[in-house]
Amino acid sequence: MLSESDLAAIWLTLKLAATVTLLLLILGTPLAHWLANTRSRWRGPVSALVTLPLILPPTVLGFYLLIFMGPEGPMGKLTESVGLGTLPFTFPGLVFASLLYSLPFVVQPIQNAIEAQGRRHAEVAATLRAGPWDRFWHITLPLAKPGIVTAAVLGFAHTVGEFGVILMIGGNIPGETRVVSVQIYDHVEALEYAQAHWLSAAMLIFSFSVLLALYTLQRRRAASGWRYGP
Amino acid sequence: MPRRYLQGWHRVIRAMDHWIARALLGVTLVAALPAAHSDEITIAVASNFSSPMGEIVSGFEASSDHRVRVALGSSGKLFAQIRHGAPFAAFFSADQDKVRALVAADAADASSRYTYALGRLVLWTTDAELAGRERQALEAGKFRHLAIANPRLAPYGAAALQVIDALGLAEETSTKRVVGENIAQTYQYVASGNAQLGMIALSQVFRDGAITHGSGWLLPDTLHHPIQQDAIILKRATQDGKRTAVDAFWTYLQGPEAQRIIESYGYRVAATSSIDRGPLNAE
Repeated sequence: MLSESDLAAIWLTLKLAATVTLLLLILGTPLAHWLANTRSRWRGPVSALVTLPLILPPTVLGFYLLIFMGPEGPMGKLTESVGLGTLPFTFPGLVFASLLYSLPFVVQPIQNAIEAQGRRHAEVAATLRAGPWDRFWHITLPLAKPGIVTAAVLGFAHTVGEFGVILMIGGNIPGETRVVSVQIYDHVEALEYAQAHWLSAAMLIFSFSVLLALYTLQRRRAASGWRYGP
Repeated sequence: MPRRYLQGWHRVIRAMDHWIARALLGVTLVAALPAAHSDEITIAVASNFSSPMGEIVSGFEASSDHRVRVALGSSGKLFAQIRHGAPFAAFFSADQDKVRALVAADAADASSRYTYALGRLVLWTTDAELAGRERQALEAGKFRHLAIANPRLAPYGAAALQVIDALGLAEETSTKRVVGENIAQTYQYVASGNAQLGMIALSQVFRDGAITHGSGWLLPDTLHHPIQQDAIILKRATQDGKRTAVDAFWTYLQGPEAQRIIESYGYRVAATSSIDRGPLNAE
């Protein structure tokens, strides 16, 4: 069955996924809003940058993050100069790397949801003297809610399953950086297949339940007339 | 050649057909002639041995008609693949446990088992300030992170932990240790400067008698159990009719040329084949 270190890994994974999802919603929503509405010539390059983490294999991305966040890297120099030390082998380091890696999974659904609304609602609100902040908060966000829920689910699920990046920058420290995926991998590599099966089953059942609950909830709302777009 | 012979595409095509047919015949003959004597085998090799194996394979192929393809991976992954039918003729593990398990599962030829290399550990740093004083830095705790390979997965990690215990530093270093999934990752932790010190395989930073970059303290092998890397011929080789080829490779592997290559990478070679000391924690 699940050992104590398995449980610690599960708890750490949930903590990481929740933190990353929350931060990504806070950072990703304005970004998605900007991308959906801007006519700036930076739109293309920024979109491409947001999607870029999907391209490098996670262990390779993790390798470059190890260098980037290390004492010789630009970010490592910055975090050291403000007294934070370097980020690899720490929980904040995992959060930072996962933010980067899960970014497209959060930004794209929200951006799609905002684009699908069209501009009409916001324009009508503007004629009624609603300011930009008012329009964003009371029109755009509520209408984009299904997209935001999808973004949260994808961001969370993707962070729970994340392996390669964390393997590279984590340092496998119990309770600090050893997440479930790494723990399962350790079991498999150590030929402890039974323990690997148990932990994988727990992870699958948990993830399936969360996803099922969210999609059921979303469906019910849609059925009661609460729909996507205009 | 009459000029009209070359006119008309059908003639050209027919000429080409002849040429292709002749070429094909030639290729078939060339392929068929030595078929009785040459085979291509695929061997599974633990990643830490990839560079010396590359040289060994080149040497072997130069002296033989057989061809060798190398599949790299961690020993645990390769083991799982072998147990599930991967077409490997031989397995070069980073440890003894997995080879022992394959013998127990009747998937390998026990009599072919051979300790092809004895690994050596080095306390390595890329920090110029620690150069030549790696041991003092370790004992005085003058570092933020000490990288070792995962003791559960990597024999080099298990040995590193034994060294730490033997030096009486288990407690002082317990919060400073970071654990690489394998020895390559452990190397990256130190090479990128994120860990100031690391216990890695000497073979990673050693060529022809010297450490090539960074600096290190070669850990005395009295501080840990020998890191014995075993190889074995898989029963699959016989089934696939590749036994002759893999036997020839085994002979080359134990010959002076291969031994010289292995030693040039900082490994020791075993005086006798396969010394079984049992699981590391048994003593």
